[in-house]
Amino acid sequence: MRALVWHGKEDIRCDTVTDPEIEDERDAIVKVTSCAICGSDLHLFHNFIPAMLPGDIIGHEMMGEVVEVGSGVNGKLKQGERVVVPFTIICGECEQCKRGNFSVCERTNRNKHIADKVFGHTTAGLFGYTHLTGGYPGGQAEYVRVPYADTTHIKVPDSLTDEQVLFLGDIFPTGWQAAVQCDIEPTDTVAVWGCGPVGQMAIRSAILLGAEQVIAIDRLPERLSMAEAGGAIAIDFEQESVVERLNELTDGKGPEKCIDAIGMESHVTPSQPDTLLDRAKQMMMLESDRPHVLREMIYVCRPGGIISIPGVYSGFADKVPMGPLMNKGLTIRTGQTHVNRWTDDLLRRIEDGEIDPSFVITHIASLEEGPEMYKVFRDKQDSCIKVVLKP
Amino acid sequence: MTYITKLSNYVRSEGDPKVLRSGPSSLGTSDQLARALGWFSLGLGIAEIVAPQRFTRALGMEGSEGLVRAYGAREIAAGMMTLSPDKTMGLWSRVAGDGLDIVTLLGGLHRDNPKRANVAAALSVVLGVTVLDFIGAKATAARHTRGNGPHRLYSDRSGFPKGLEAARRLRRSPPIVPSASTATAALRSAQ
Repeated sequence: MRALVWHGKEDIRCDTVTDPEIEDERDAIVKVTSCAICGSDLHLFHNFIPAMLPGDIIGHEMMGEVVEVGSGVNGKLKQGERVVVPFTIICGECEQCKRGNFSVCERTNRNKHIADKVFGHTTAGLFGYTHLTGGYPGGQAEYVRVPYADTTHIKVPDSLTDEQVLFLGDIFPTGWQAAVQCDIEPTDTVAVWGCGPVGQMAIRSAILLGAEQVIAIDRLPERLSMAEAGGAIAIDFEQESVVERLNELTDGKGPEKCIDAIGMESHVTPSQPDTLLDRAKQMMMLESDRPHVLREMIYVCRPGGIISIPGVYSGFADKVPMGPLMNKGLTIRTGQTHVNRWTDDLLRRIEDGEIDPSFVITHIASLEEGPEMYKVFRDKQDSCIKVVLKP
Repeated sequence: MTYITKLSNYVRSEGDPKVLRSGPSSLGTSDQLARALGWFSLGLGIAEIVAPQRFTRALGMEGSEGLVRAYGAREIAAGMMTLSPDKTMGLWSRVAGDGLDIVTLLGGLHRDNPKRANVAAALSVVLGVTVLDFIGAKATAARHTRGNGPHRLYSDRSGFPKGLEAARRLRRSPPIVPSASTATAALRSAQ
């Protein structure tokens, strides 16, 4: 089969690889009909997250048709069924899964011993996202083996298109969880840093969850225009001071809720000198993450407010202002998404026409065009916001 | 397929796909040139820091070891930048560094320097590398530029099929925030 394979920094290729095979009785093989390039795939593209090996298939946003199931799936998933595959692999039986904390499932990371050492405790296995999270082959491929398939799936009805439901596997519940973590109240202002795909979902989630005012921060006109279409007030951080504008929009009090949909790769610009320092340190491997957004959120968030972080951080971040964080009594909530915790509700909202996540798709391409699309997406060329690949 | 990729096939589990044939890379020719120049920069920088006297002796510029070490540090910084996603900036910093190298070498071309033939040879190498750096910088900038032309706007993409105002009205109904137990129930129903 064909698959997008990581060969090194900025080196993705559409390779011919052997077909995946059932290894365990709880496995299933899914024929991928649609998959997408996620913003967090770019961290792998840039080799900012360690523990990738040349030859690793990438991609963790995919859906398709079940073509084979292991004997232990016990009828919970049948051949021919249409499923979205959540990016977090879940056993459904461990203590964390029973609590709904699916992204920290205790069993599915097959490199648990490494994760235990690096993180202190293991997190769930993830598709196509380094050997630290299990080294499972990803879904930017014609076929993908789904471990723990009896629990790791979201069944979707035939009445909805791939484009409408594909994002149930990652960016939609990620944006939703980011907003839910904010405990949004009807008088709240929610500020969202980053108007990439997760930021766009977070903006719409904040609207649906009842925020009085949603503010979107980015620098790219296409992304800001999409954010405004979703009900946000736009701030272009290259044209105006984010802190001043946020204070102006909140009578000097700052937003109650702040969402970091950027993570470890904040944009580097001379108008924000700390980003230059972070980039230099990151280049010299003195710091793994560039936490400009985190600093800005802590500074501008209203005392007693909540900071929600769906953006991916990988390791160590310097100069995080702990003093303001503590003295302002801020709460930080973060984590990889507990996808299956939210998907029943989100699927119902899509079916009811409350939201159609396909709005975010700007490019559809074949798998062979995948390597080029990584470049287009990374370089923000051709007004690209979200790429869907059709194997 | 590289040797490392072949080797990594052996550490994969039985059911995991293994690479048979590699397709075209997302790295363009200019990216590969940048990578080669980045590694060259790192190598040269390390050599200049570790053994500056070899350079000064060969060029008849004894006493300038401190300057060579400083240039070595500059080469390493430029090399790291050139190997990073900010490769265009790294290549332009190399072009600037080449300029410094050229000025410094020109200072060693005087008649009193018995090694001026070596200096002339070094100068021609630096000029050649400068051309490569310049070509690389221009090519990577062209390949990775976002473009200054008009960008598409997505002002018609609210994502709310019933409209933004209808979506705002939905907030009047209490949000469904699953507790851990309802999440587990959802998981059971998915099964």
